[in-house]
Amino acid sequence: MSDRIFGVLGLLLAIGFAIAATQIEESFLSDAVGPKAFPLIIATILGVSSAIIAFRPDPEPVWPSLGRLVELLAAVVVMVLYAEFLPVAGFVFATAIAAAYLSWRLGNGPIASVLTGVGISVGIYVIFHLVLGLSLARGPFGF
Amino acid sequence: MDMLASLGDGFAIALTWQNIGLALLGCFLGTVMGALPGLGPSNGVAILIPLAFTLGLGATPSLILLTSVYYGAMYGGRISSILLGIPGDEPAMMTVLDGYPMAKKGRAGEALSLSGIASFVGAFFATWGLILLAPQLVKIALLFGPAEYFALFALAFMTLGGVSSTNQAKSAFAAALGLGLAMIGVDTQTGVPRFTFGEVHLYDGLDFLVAIVGLFALSEVLIFLEERHGNADADGKKIVVGRLTPSWSMLKSCTPTMLRTSLLGFIAGVLPGAGASLGSFISYSMEKRLVDKENTFGTGDPRGVAAPEAGNNAAAGGALVPMLALGVPGSGTTAVLLAVLLSLNITPGPLLFTQNPDVVWGLIAALFIANFMLLAMNIPMVGLFTRVLMIPPKVLMPLVAMVSFVGIYGISGSSFDLLVMIGFGVMGWGLRKLDVPLVPIILGTLLGNAMENNLRRAVTIDNGNWFTLIDSPLSIALWAIAIIGFVLPLIIGARVKSRMHARKDEEGALSD
Repeated sequence: MSDRIFGVLGLLLAIGFAIAATQIEESFLSDAVGPKAFPLIIATILGVSSAIIAFRPDPEPVWPSLGRLVELLAAVVVMVLYAEFLPVAGFVFATAIAAAYLSWRLGNGPIASVLTGVGISVGIYVIFHLVLGLSLARGPFGF
Repeated sequence: MDMLASLGDGFAIALTWQNIGLALLGCFLGTVMGALPGLGPSNGVAILIPLAFTLGLGATPSLILLTSVYYGAMYGGRISSILLGIPGDEPAMMTVLDGYPMAKKGRAGEALSLSGIASFVGAFFATWGLILLAPQLVKIALLFGPAEYFALFALAFMTLGGVSSTNQAKSAFAAALGLGLAMIGVDTQTGVPRFTFGEVHLYDGLDFLVAIVGLFALSEVLIFLEERHGNADADGKKIVVGRLTPSWSMLKSCTPTMLRTSLLGFIAGVLPGAGASLGSFISYSMEKRLVDKENTFGTGDPRGVAAPEAGNNAAAGGALVPMLALGVPGSGTTAVLLAVLLSLNITPGPLLFTQNPDVVWGLIAALFIANFMLLAMNIPMVGLFTRVLMIPPKVLMPLVAMVSFVGIYGISGSSFDLLVMIGFGVMGWGLRKLDVPLVPIILGTLLGNAMENNLRRAVTIDNGNWFTLIDSPLSIALWAIAIIGFVLPLIIGARVKSRMHARKDEEGALSD
């Protein structure tokens, strides 16, 4: 069933891609092929392969339970928040919190997670910023 | 002699303090990454690319660093295969079969040093193979016009699917998806924006580094989160290494095996789409047929340890041949190395050998140096690396995620790229669940624009005649190989693949 859904989604993607390709404005100075042809070829391959996937599905993959899915979703939300708040909160704070969260969800105890998070954050800061001179996001305190 | 002179120049480039230091660092990091389950050559190199890039290293030093990581990871994968019975990366999965039984018999040290030597032999001969074969391939490639290049790219995609997935439709889907992603941005020939939906960030196209790090590194973190590998204690098992030097008689009995499998692995590596995993697989299978008279393979036969290790390291070297000479990588990790070259504004392919001989020969010399360093590191210092295996995933995976973020942020300094990377991570997770191979996606995003440009150039030169694509014997030959490479696995490949896939664990979606 998963493959059938996946194939249908792929087919929709291919159709969307093809429609978007036909919307490309042609320049008056175009070459013989133009900017649309290759995307349309790709859309065709995408569509045909999606259709084959939908008609001849593989055995069902093992999907995680609902609880695990929520877990993953939460991790993605934390990462998105990290990306958004990085320039605001500064590298060291944001990274320590995000790393501690991930470490906690991977099975560390609360104190060990905090230590891991701080260790990773400060470690990266020292090695990549102080030693190697990479520019990291600066927060209100300059780090 | 010309070749030796070039190689000499290469050594002159590689033997600076900075480059030696980078090679040493790369070898060390590579071995560590190879040894840790969950980090392999392709995601290991992927994480480090943005760093090499933002540190402002030149082309040759960056390549030296990253190919040392690549060779190192090929060495390192065997360590956890032998000691824990878990392959550290996919090419090392065959080493488990005899390496782990050897370790259980208390001969872990011998297995480690023997496989270290086998890795060295494989990589050493493959580097010579690279020197001999790549210039010949360049001579052929110089005859290529745009139509032939287009056929060559098609060949790369079509043959890659045959090995990397059990389902050809899924690898075709992956390739088309990658190519489609490459189309995003301003069209290079006419200057019109395509698939940007008015988002200014997309006018430059998607940065393939963002895609690579997201697909390879972040999706791995998500897989670990899903399965809570963090609870599996790597330090739960007691590791007894035992004596570290293999006996002469054992080495002698393994020498023919190592030489044969080096050759076989090298050939497997050069073939488009194959890569190191296949190299180690066919090496092991062939040796089992050839020398396993008493049915000792699978119960801790030293030859069963030497064969896949020589094979996968030789294939790693072999895979560099098409990447450097044609600009078309044949495996996941070489695709990532191609990304390095492209982001440094170097176009691999035949012209690389004439325009940037310093890069090519410096790299080859560095491979020799790295190989000797790795041999030296991997035999006496193997105890150090076994200690690295104690790092639990609950510390390692947050580190991988954070280093990925740092690298991508370092390149662009924009949160938008981080969000795109997270998007790719989620997509990579889903596609791996559905058994869609990720390597064709990467290859598509890397090669999409070059492929389209060659198509348009070829057709435009011939005044809009599309049949120009199959107009020369060379391009017809390339198309023929491409079609055979796509169809053949449908017929005979299912058997080989089901045997290969039966042996791999859940981290197998990354070919190489």
